[in-house]
Amino acid sequence: MNKVIIYSIVVTVLVLVGINLLHKTEPLNFSQYELKQKYATKPTSSVDHSKFTILQKQFKTPQDVTLACLSCHNKRHEEIIHSSHWNWERVAYVEGKGISKIGKKNVLNNFCIGSNTNEQACAKCHIGFGMTSNKFDFNNAKNVDCMVCHDNSEEYIKGAAMAGYPDRKVNFNKVAQSVGRPTNVNCGSCHFYSGGGNNVKHGDLEEALLACDRNTDVHMAQNGLSMTCVDCHTANKHQIKGKLYSVSSTDVNRLNCEDCHSSRPHLDDLLNRHYSKIACQTCHIPTYAKANATKMSWKWSKAGKLLKGKPYHTEDSLGNHTYLSIKGEFDWQTNVKPEYLWFNGNAQHYVIGDKIDSVPVQINKLLGSAVDRYSKIYPVKVHRGDQIYDPETNVLIQPKLYAPEKGDSAYWVDFDWNLAAEAGMKRMGLPYSGKHDFIETEMYWPVNHMVAPKDQTLSCEECHTRENGRLASLDGFYIPGRDNNNWIDLFGKLMFWGSILGVLIHALARFINSIRKNEVESEEISI
Amino acid sequence: MQKVYIYKKFERFWHWCQAALIFFLALTGFEIHDSFHLFGFEKAVAFHRSASYLLLGLIAFSIFWHFTTGEWKQYIPTFSKLQAQIRYYTIGMFKGEPHPTIKSVRKKLNPLQAVVYLGFKLVMAPMVILSGLLYMYYKSFDVNDMVVALNIPLEWIAVIHTLGAFLLISFVVVHVYMTTTGHTITTNIKAMITGWEELEDAEDITEEGKIKKSQS
Repeated sequence: MNKVIIYSIVVTVLVLVGINLLHKTEPLNFSQYELKQKYATKPTSSVDHSKFTILQKQFKTPQDVTLACLSCHNKRHEEIIHSSHWNWERVAYVEGKGISKIGKKNVLNNFCIGSNTNEQACAKCHIGFGMTSNKFDFNNAKNVDCMVCHDNSEEYIKGAAMAGYPDRKVNFNKVAQSVGRPTNVNCGSCHFYSGGGNNVKHGDLEEALLACDRNTDVHMAQNGLSMTCVDCHTANKHQIKGKLYSVSSTDVNRLNCEDCHSSRPHLDDLLNRHYSKIACQTCHIPTYAKANATKMSWKWSKAGKLLKGKPYHTEDSLGNHTYLSIKGEFDWQTNVKPEYLWFNGNAQHYVIGDKIDSVPVQINKLLGSAVDRYSKIYPVKVHRGDQIYDPETNVLIQPKLYAPEKGDSAYWVDFDWNLAAEAGMKRMGLPYSGKHDFIETEMYWPVNHMVAPKDQTLSCEECHTRENGRLASLDGFYIPGRDNNNWIDLFGKLMFWGSILGVLIHALARFINSIRKNEVESEEISI
Repeated sequence: MQKVYIYKKFERFWHWCQAALIFFLALTGFEIHDSFHLFGFEKAVAFHRSASYLLLGLIAFSIFWHFTTGEWKQYIPTFSKLQAQIRYYTIGMFKGEPHPTIKSVRKKLNPLQAVVYLGFKLVMAPMVILSGLLYMYYKSFDVNDMVVALNIPLEWIAVIHTLGAFLLISFVVVHVYMTTTGHTITTNIKAMITGWEELEDAEDITEEGKIKKSQS
């Protein structure tokens, strides 16, 4: 009886211990919780600009608004004219080139190719007024456009092909009295539509972020924290944190997840250990272009086809242009799995005039490798296409694309590559041989936005697998589950299966032997 | 024939725990190696780690036990009858020849066992344990919470660990099979479970008094 009681107590204790060991409630990630509390409180303005008399007067020109701003904020223009949003270039040390200036002024891309000779249209996204050519005066603070970033009325828009001037319908008083902290609409008015349409370039920055749920972006979600761009992209003296590697080249003033989330954000240290080699984005952004499609390829070589002498376009079922006479042929995709590259925060760029040294031409090249201790694996959107180049001089061509009317060598109205190339290269002060062709190019865009909810992050098996893992294309390092040494595996398997075979043969021999022995014994008995 | 208490309680506990852990480690380990899918990679890794800590603890106890009881001497290899033992397993046992060595409390292991188990203890186990520890602590955190990694390529560590694992599972196959070569097929396994085994009388059993005592 006593034994029964003791046994039942022991069994009960074991069951309880087992339940306790196996059952785990999700523990609270306190640092995460603190961050959520922090960003749940939204900043409010300390002043009401609509009460200032200087903003009541009738503004005739946008420069008048800027002067009104500077009458109080009398040092801010100095900060602005040292910013890359204004200068369209940054001073950087570039390997092989020394100290050089890199930016929209002198690098190309494989979307609309480049701003030079097309400033009238491209300057729609310059924070200034009147950039019609490369003669723009970057020291004249009167032309700083405060409104494009600080308008909180959603009234302000820049005019199409107006060299950065606002649309004629804009009510300057309404805008000037509304100013405040930049909203997502301000940033998005350029960064969502770069490349000539929503989500064309980035893939992870688009208008859907203005009103999205947590599945699209956990930070900006309306049903989540509803964070704004500038919550993360903070600024000191108008120098905004964060880098876009289509135009940036050095690992300075970058914005990193760990700035908020620390270098040890997971409760599971096994995950935290990935931090040294895997960027947060790699697991936390499994796909981009989750709402609207992004351009994955752009073939300029197909441009110029006309229908009855006129340019035309074709669309896919979602309304994305698949062909435009002025631009060529496009491929659009949604829910794209990124490609993965080693990246250490430094990049090199094809600068106008550089000789082509590889095909496809890497318009921007993300530096880094498995053996570089500063490199991590990042998700990247790779945009592939072809674009015009000079086969004689072996240089990419900056064509003149935009002009308001025919007869000014602009490809978008005249459809003559030769004239467009000549005009563009002449402006750049570069030779043009008179011959042109198209060459394949690639551009690399690290993916940083559209962070997925926790349950949608990459599972271990997506990389730690022998076949078709996400990191299958990267080599020079060992991933458990993905990699193995074929010789060791072959030796090991031979040894294991050899042991089993040997044992089976031995057992069979013993079995046959015992039967024979029985026979002998029974024979002996019968005799 | 005499019934002898040959495997003590701790010895049996240690043996079966180690067997279970090695089986479980092989199962989870080869899943991590992507040889098959069972628990899922994440769980396999977590289980593999927990089991490895248990094994380390168990081994610490067993080392202590081996030295305090003097049982470690069982593993001192003797080469004089090694060849005879190999002959027995390959030829002798088919001809109905007797075991060339006599099993006793003092001499539980035949010369072949002694040398193979010594290999297990000095080569296979250290190989997987040391490479496993390096694997486990390949990356750790420094005082600034930054991840620091060892300078050795992970591939070397992984290769040694995998090789050790293959050696171990092959050992297990042969070891399990060899237990059937006792007096009857199940004699050895029963002995390892109960501790008691029928052994042939031998003059060199000196602790007779002890044996009789435990029988009564």
